[in-house]
Amino acid sequence: MRHDHLLTAKQLSREDVETVLDRAAEFDRDPSAARERHAGELLGLCFFEPSTRTKMSFETAAKRLGADVVDMGSVESSSVKKGESLADTVRVVEGYADALVLRHPKQGAAKMASEYVDVPVVNAGDGAGHHPSQTLLDLYTIREHAGLDDISVGIMGDLKYGRTVHSLAHALTNFDVRQHFVSPESLRLPRSVRYDLHESGAQVREHEDLEDVLPNLDVLYVTRIQRERFPDEDEYEAVAGEYSITPDVLERAKDDLSVMHPLPRVDEIAPEVDDTDYATYFEQAHNGVPVRMALLDLLL
Amino acid sequence: MTDTELRVSKIQSGTVIDHVTAGEALHVLTLLGIDGSGGETVSLGMNVPSERLGKKDVVKVEGRELSESELEVLSLIAPEATINIVREYDVVDKRRVEPPEEVSGVLTCPNRDCITNAGEPVATRFAVLDDGLRCEYCGDIVRDDITAHLAD
Ligand SMILES: [Zn+2]
Repeated sequence: MRHDHLLTAKQLSREDVETVLDRAAEFDRDPSAARERHAGELLGLCFFEPSTRTKMSFETAAKRLGADVVDMGSVESSSVKKGESLADTVRVVEGYADALVLRHPKQGAAKMASEYVDVPVVNAGDGAGHHPSQTLLDLYTIREHAGLDDISVGIMGDLKYGRTVHSLAHALTNFDVRQHFVSPESLRLPRSVRYDLHESGAQVREHEDLEDVLPNLDVLYVTRIQRERFPDEDEYEAVAGEYSITPDVLERAKDDLSVMHPLPRVDEIAPEVDDTDYATYFEQAHNGVPVRMALLDLLL
Repeated sequence: MTDTELRVSKIQSGTVIDHVTAGEALHVLTLLGIDGSGGETVSLGMNVPSERLGKKDVVKVEGRELSESELEVLSLIAPEATINIVREYDVVDKRRVEPPEEVSGVLTCPNRDCITNAGEPVATRFAVLDDGLRCEYCGDIVRDDITAHLAD
C-alpha cells in the first residue's frame, strides 16, 4: 500500500485489498509470530463517539503487534466536552502517537484530521460516511467463504445511512461482483454512492424485495434498520418485519450462502439463524483483529 | 455602439461581466458579495437580447476587478460569461470563465453532518463535476441551486 492514511474504501485498489488480506491471513494462521513487530510504537485512539467493539478490536490488534495504545478516553470526560476542536485534539495526540485511529460523528472528519497531522490516520467511522477497516474485514470474510470474483452479493437494510454499506459497495467495485441492494424505498443508497458505482461501471441492481434475488446470492450482508429513521412506529414495524432474516426465509437460499452483519444486531437476524451454516457474522467479527493487525502493520 | 451597450452605461474602471445566463445577474452579485453597502456603482442589464444566447444578463461593477477565484465560481452559475476588465474606459483584458477543477472556501456544504459545518477551522472544498459539485470531505453532490450554498 502506498497510502499514508486509510480514509475511505474508495482509495483502495484491488492490489491494496489483496495485500492487506494476504497479510491478515498470515497473522490469522499464527498471531503470536507478529508479537515483536511493532514493539515500542504507539497507536492513538481518538473516539469522539462510543464504539467499544471497534476500539477493542484496534487495541487488540495493536497489542498483538507489540505496539501499545494511548486513548483519549470517552468524550464525556475529555477536553472535547469543553469545546476543543477535532483539529486541535488530533494535533495534540499526534505528539504522542505514531498513528491515529479516529471515530467521529461528522462525515469527512478523518479526511480533515489527515490534513492536520503527519502521522497516518485510520478512519474508524465518520458519521454516515465511511468505515474502511470494517470493509477490509468484510472482504476478508467474503474471500474466505466465496472468493471475491464471480459472485453475487446482496446488501440489505439501511443503505442510506449505513457507512459500512457505502464502504463495502465501493470496495467491491474492484472485483467481479454483482451487487444487489435491497432496502425500503426511503432507505435507498444515497445519490453520491450511486454516482460512484455508476462511474466505476459496477454491476448494480436495486430491489425492494429480498425474494427477488435471494436464490442467486452467495453472500447476504444484512445491516440494521434504525427505529429513529422513521417518523412513526407503525411504519418502522412494517419495514423492520419485512427485512429480517429467519431460517424460514433462508429456505430459498443457496446451501452455501453466507449471512454477514457488521454487528451489533437487534432483530434483523433471528437467533435461530446462529446455529445454521449460513451464520458467518461472528466469524466476521473475529476477523477484525487479524485484518486490523495487517492494516496497522502496513501503516505503522 | 450596439443596442446592448446603450442600455448599460460605460464604466471608467472595473469589470463588465457579459453573457451571464439570463436571470442570474442577481446571483452573480450575491456571489461577488455585492449588496450595495460597499458603495460600488453597479449597473445591471437583465434579459437583454443576445445573438449568442437569445437572452442574457450583463453586470457592470465600477471600481472593482474580479479575482481569479471569483471568476472560477462565477463559471458555475454563468458558464457562458465573458469578463471584460476596464481601465480608463478601455478594455484591457477580455476572457471567458473556465470551470475550475475545484472551488475552495466559497460555498458551504449542504450536508449538515459534514465536518465543514461543525465549527472546525477547515475551508470547504468542492470538486467540479460535469453536472454539479462534490464536497471533498463528505462526498455529497450539489446539483441544483448552487447559489443557495454561498458561504457568508
Ligand atoms: Zn460536505
